[in-house]
Parts: sequence; structure tokens; C-alpha cells
Amino acid sequence: MTDYRIGIDVGGTNTDAVVMDGDDNLLAKTKTPTTEDITSGILSALDVVLDDSGVSEDELDYVMLGTTHATNAITERRGLNEVGVIRIGAPATQSIRPLLEWPDDLAAAIGNNVAILDGGHEFDGRLLNDLDEEQVRAQIREFADVDAFAVTSVFSPVRDDHETRVAELIREEVGDDVPISVSNEIGSVGLLERENATALNAALTSVASEAANAFVEAMDERGIDANLYFGQNDGTLMSVDYAIRYPIFTVASGPSNSVRGAAYLSAVENGIIVDVGGTTTDVGAVTEGFPRESSVAVEIGEVKTNFRMPDIIAIGIGGGSIVSTDDGVTVGPQSVGYKLTEEAKCFGGETLTATDLEVAAGTIDIGSETPDVDAEIVEAAREYVRERVEREVDRMKTSAEPVPVVIVGGGSILVPDDIAGASEVHKPDHYEVANAVGVAIAQVSGEVDRIYSLDEMDREEAIQHAKDEATDNALAAGADADSVDIVDVEEVPLSYLPGNAVRIKVKAAGALDH
Amino acid sequence: MKITTDNIDDFATGATVLGTGGGGDPYIGKLMAQQAIEEHGPVDLIDPRDVPDDALVIPSAMLGAPTVMVEKMPKGTEALSAFEALETHLGQEAYATMSIEAGGLNSTVPIAVAAALGLPLVDADGMGRAFPEVQMVTLTMGGVSATPMSIADEKGNSLLVNTVSNEYAEAFARVTSIEMGGACMIGTYALSGAEVREHAILDSMSLAHDIGEAIRTAKHHSRDPVESVLDLTDGYELFAGKITDVERRTEGGFAVGEATLDGIDDCEGRTFTLDFQNENLVARDSERGVVASTPDLITVLDAETGDPVTTERLAYGHRVRVIGMPCSPKWRTDEGLGLVGPGYFDYSIDYEPIETLQQPKHD
Repeated sequence: MTDYRIGIDVGGTNTDAVVMDGDDNLLAKTKTPTTEDITSGILSALDVVLDDSGVSEDELDYVMLGTTHATNAITERRGLNEVGVIRIGAPATQSIRPLLEWPDDLAAAIGNNVAILDGGHEFDGRLLNDLDEEQVRAQIREFADVDAFAVTSVFSPVRDDHETRVAELIREEVGDDVPISVSNEIGSVGLLERENATALNAALTSVASEAANAFVEAMDERGIDANLYFGQNDGTLMSVDYAIRYPIFTVASGPSNSVRGAAYLSAVENGIIVDVGGTTTDVGAVTEGFPRESSVAVEIGEVKTNFRMPDIIAIGIGGGSIVSTDDGVTVGPQSVGYKLTEEAKCFGGETLTATDLEVAAGTIDIGSETPDVDAEIVEAAREYVRERVEREVDRMKTSAEPVPVVIVGGGSILVPDDIAGASEVHKPDHYEVANAVGVAIAQVSGEVDRIYSLDEMDREEAIQHAKDEATDNALAAGADADSVDIVDVEEVPLSYLPGNAVRIKVKAAGALDH
Repeated sequence: MKITTDNIDDFATGATVLGTGGGGDPYIGKLMAQQAIEEHGPVDLIDPRDVPDDALVIPSAMLGAPTVMVEKMPKGTEALSAFEALETHLGQEAYATMSIEAGGLNSTVPIAVAAALGLPLVDADGMGRAFPEVQMVTLTMGGVSATPMSIADEKGNSLLVNTVSNEYAEAFARVTSIEMGGACMIGTYALSGAEVREHAILDSMSLAHDIGEAIRTAKHHSRDPVESVLDLTDGYELFAGKITDVERRTEGGFAVGEATLDGIDDCEGRTFTLDFQNENLVARDSERGVVASTPDLITVLDAETGDPVTTERLAYGHRVRVIGMPCSPKWRTDEGLGLVGPGYFDYSIDYEPIETLQQPKHD
């Protein structure tokens, strides 16, 4: 059984790729510059690792891609769909219209088509208002020219029938080709944040489908007939079809891949991961092998959202960070970024970077020159980096107990081995391509996040119901039925509410179906 | 002054500081106010001293479960029918509306109500901070009744409630809010201009605005935002530390818990605890014992940005500065302490004003 697979992570600076075999042994790895068209960078990374590993195109079973394409499309307002944003909940919720707090240019980029229509449910599943199907149809016809729909109904995490019905009505009115995003599949309780995430998802479907098609074509071009997957931000995979429907879940998949890869390479299942890149260092937490989720609303493109996102803190320190000695020694947040090989002193440039210090100290040997830097400055800069990293590692912890810390990424050399609060510090082999490893070893998952009334069913039933639904979702995403496990169950009683309302979140994950 | 879409953020930030960790998410109230001002124009914030003695002021508020309020926001016109019902009952037209609490969500919701009704907002409130229950206002001590209270939902249902005490008003409003789907709007504590001046806490809305503005401009000019807040509130910095533990549980509808901090900077070597029930209620220093307690205000600010941190957001590793601010003298009476003192929340400590606690102790 070979089961060769390739993991590719397209970052802002580098495109990394690895080849692994069925036993998760790493056979080849490469780091190549990310290209403007992305595809050519992917292909050149692919060629290098296939060549080095001796694995041929037709031996590949899986190709997994991690990409920041969706995030960039939002921040750059590029290629976004015009979206019809339909909220079901009138007469409630009219005091805050959809997209109210969005940046004007982003709201304009998706067309500012919003409507609040009759319907929705109460927290306990009672009807808030009847759905007025004629009113919905009329609104859909008014939005006939949009590229995609985003549908949100009040308390759809409790009852989704109004969202489901509106999606059917959209199908009947405008056909099967227009993408529809429904909020209960995307976010949790908190209408505005869930609606925002749903609208962003709808805005991204065309960009996602272009990226997916480019990926598929690139594989065709190399004669690769493998199963293709995208990395998503909980550290698991989704099929190409799923990625086109739920592109929002690829946002922040890069740091998640690094967390998974670092956990795998170091065999640390619970701890803190520090990923040192070219311009920033991401600090995240791994819990039972998966990235810990953020518990607060996360902003994407200045828009508050509440879909699951990894709990990550980014600090402005990386290999390309500019070292200043004006007022004590500081490192970053300014960076030479992708121009490291032009501007850094070790490459003959004029700017003193964090990389130059390590070259001067003799810990790494890259570039054409060895900059002349005082040992004291090197020491002070390392101390500066250590303090910043220690502080963020500490913030990522949930208690004062020392925990294992894993350092990965191209700039790992910048971070010292003795970190306060760490029970042990790992810099595993292949640390520089941890993100590509993370996507290559990923499983597929399914989750559910719902409110149950324990007056109607007992607690065991409710949890079982959630587990079954999460398992079904994992199977739908491509998991092998025999390998699906429940990896997380979270239960939150809701204060102030009668009916024993409880919010249950379950995640199931399993190996790829062969 | 005018409340506009340009300064609404400052009101919301300051209201979060005065919310002492609780009071609901001001984000919802801020957006309601923003939309209402966009539709109806800016709101006049009027000096309570300029309100005629016999003018009718009807405070307004949103009441319900936080989980519901972030999912089912108001229609925006609930207050119209609620106010009409009260006006008919009292035989007088409303002159203005007012916030019942200067902290949290309900500081900004009445701005939306004022805009929608075309009424001015009185620069005053009934708490000077945030508390969880309807009867916990200085107006209760002044003998102002919470009823007749109008309770309205987005569907058009409204109730007019009369009770024998403000505690009953709280109880009935809470039950009704569940029937209305977990959240509703109320018009309550109808009072005269003379009563506002005598029993409410004056100038608290402009204080919220000034606090928010001070934090924003301090950040912009790289000044210390915490110092700016202390200047405005006659407050004290109680502790600078790192949160090392947060314990939480739900008791009787309250989010109850305790946060532990380890000192940083000048506070190094000391520890600190913060007891909260929705709001922060008691602060203790390892060396000095209780350093502040309800009804004085205790607020946690981010050590770097000065942004207020609510009790829900307290988490291990967060570097914060805890400040204490004196409450209104109205709360420091026996009656006031009976309503909102440490004993009401089941803490077996005697209240001492923060100014006294901050004096060096002598044997």
C-alpha cells in the first residue's frame, strides 16, 4: 500500500510542498516563492518534490492544498460576488439592518442588496412569525441579477426550516446555478455575526470556484489523477465541491495547518505552537491534536463573524523583521517581507534584519555575506524576541501549568530554546514545512453547533442527536465510515432561559475514504 | 450636545467602562442607535437642569436574556406603543426619554428610542453604572415607582403593569420577557423633571461619552488611557496584573465567578482577586484585603490599549489594569447599600467607600 500524497501550502511569501507515503513518512520537501498566478508556484513546488521523492504522477492518491486565496479576496475586495442578503425575522431585528457596520467599500463590493422579511423562530423553537412565501418570491425576483444568495433566519441554529424553505424558493425562482449560503451551516447564535459570515461566504463562492478549477486544471496538466482536497481552518480537509460551497472555512487555514503539522512532527498533542514566518509569528494552541478554536467573535476584513476560527495571535516578528538599534534593540514589526533576498545585509542589501543577526552569530549560513554585528546586539535582539514570544505563549495557555511548546516555520532559529512557562521546547525535523505536512496528514471532519431544549428530549438523546449529525457531516465531507471518531463535545447551558436550553457543539473526524 | 453617528462609538466605549464588566453587549445598542440616527437624525442630549419641573420623562430599556438579545434584535418601534400606552395612562405627553443604566447595552438603546420617537435624551440615569435588576436604581430610594411599566414586543403585544413594589416589577417583567420570546422593550420609572434632578444620577451619559473619547484620543496620541479615565472619574488604579485563573458558574441566572491576578510592574509580588456576578463586585489585594466593593465601580482595562474588558472576556494570560471609581453618594446610604451593597449579593463584607480604602491604614 503506497498511498502517496502531496501537501501544498500556499502562503503569502512561500509555497511549500511535501510528499508523504501511506505511513506518513516524509519523502521530499521544498520551499519555493509564491507566484502571482499561484498555479505556476504550485506546479514548480510539485515538480521539485516529485523529482526528489522519485514518486511518479500516477502513483499519487491524494493532493491537498492549503490556500489563503479567500482571505486575500476579502481584504483586497477582489472577485467578490454580488450577493442578495435575505434575513428572515421581521418584525423583529429591523432596528439593525444587514451590513450596517460593514466598511462602505466592502458592502459596495457585494452590492448592498439587503432585505428583512417575515418569519423566524424564538429561542425555544416557537414560531416568531410565519414565512410569507409570496413576499419571499417577490424579493428573490427583485434580486434576480445577483451572483449568490445569503439566507439567515432568526434562531436558525435552533430551527432551520425557514432557511431551508427560502433556499428552495430561490431554486424555484432562479434555478439551480446560483450559489446559496444558509446561515445555520456556517455560524452559531449571534445573528449579526452569523449573517456576516454567511454573506462573506456567498461573496466568495466564485473566487473559490476559480481557485478550485485552477487547481484541478493544474493537476490535469501534470497528468495527476488523484483525489483533491482543500485544507480548512479547523485543521481538517474538505473536498473540492465542499470548498466551493463553503469557502469561508478556508480563511485562516494556514495557521491551522501549521498547528496540525507541528503537533504531528513533534508528537505533542496538547501544547502551544509557535510558527515563525517571514513577516509574522503566529502563536496558537493544539488540543488533542487539533487547533483550539477562538471563543470570541473574529473580525475578517473588519467584519465581525462567529463561525469557527482557530485561536491565533500574530505578532510582527519574522525572519525579515527589521532590527532597530535607535532606542534599545527592537525587532519588527516593520519587515522587508518578500524582498529579504534583495534588502537583507547577508544578501548584500542595506537593511539589518533578524536573519542577518543569526548569520552574523554563525547559527545559520545563508546569503552571500556575513554582516558584522556586535555580539551584544545579537544577544539583545534574541532577548527581545524571547520576551515577546514568551508573553504570547503565556496568553495562549489556559492555566499557569507549564506546557510543551513547539517551534516551527522558516524563521524558527530566531526563537531561543528556553521559553519561560514551557515544560519542554521542540524544534522538530522538517519544522520549516510544518504547514505543508499539516495539510498532508489532515483528516476530514464534520461538526454541529445547535441549541437543544432538554424539556423535549433528555440530555443523552440531545448529545446523541448532535453526534449523529456531526458524523453524517464528516461522511458527507469524505470521511471513511469506519474511522470516524467524535473528537470534541462541548455543552453550554444558556443562562436566563427556561426550557433547559443547552448549546451542544460536536466535532467528528476521520481518515479519508479510500 | 448632539449624539451623532460620529460620536456614538465614544458613548459605547464609555458605557462599557461604566458597565463594570456586565450590563450586556453595548455593540447591539450602538448599532441600533447608529441606524436610528441615520434614519431620523441626531439626538439632543439635554441637561437635566433644563428639564421643566413637571415635564414627563420616561426611561426606556431592553430586557431579556443576553443570548436572545444578540439573535433577535428589536424591531425598533416597540417603544412607540409602549410610550403611547404610558402617556394615555398618565394623561401627559412624554417630554424626553432617559437611560436607566449608564453602563452596558442599556446606555445606548435609549438613544435609538429617542431618535425613533423624536424625543431628546436626558443626560442622567438611574445607576451611574450597570446592575442586573430593574429595582436596582437610585430612583427606588427616592420613592419613584417602576410602574406603571409598559412592556412591548416586536409583534405588537404590549402590557401595562402595576405593582406594589419595584421588586415585583422586576419579577413580572422577567416572566413577561420569556413569553415575548426572551427579550422585550420596557418603558419604566416615569418621572417628572423635578424627580430626575432629585433622585437620578446626573450627567452620566456625557461622562460615558467623555470616557470613551478620552480612551480613543489617548490611544491616538500614545498617552496612557487609564490615567485619562481616572482623571474623569476620580478613580484609583487598584492593580496591574496578569490573569492567572478564572472560575465561572451560573447561579440564579447570574454568571458568577472569580478571577485571580498576579501582579506585574509596580504590583509584582502581590496577587489580586475579583469577584463578579455579571458585574465586578468585590476586589481584593493579597496585602491590603478588600480594596473596592459594590456599589463602587470596578472595571478591568486592557493593560496596553485601555479598552474595557467584560467579565465574559476575562481569560488566563490577559495583562490588565483594574481601576476603581467612587459611586454616587446616593448609593452609600443604608437604603442604597440594602439594594446593591455587598450583602445583597451575598458577600459577607461591610461596605467601605473606595476613598477610605485607598487611605494608608494605621494601627
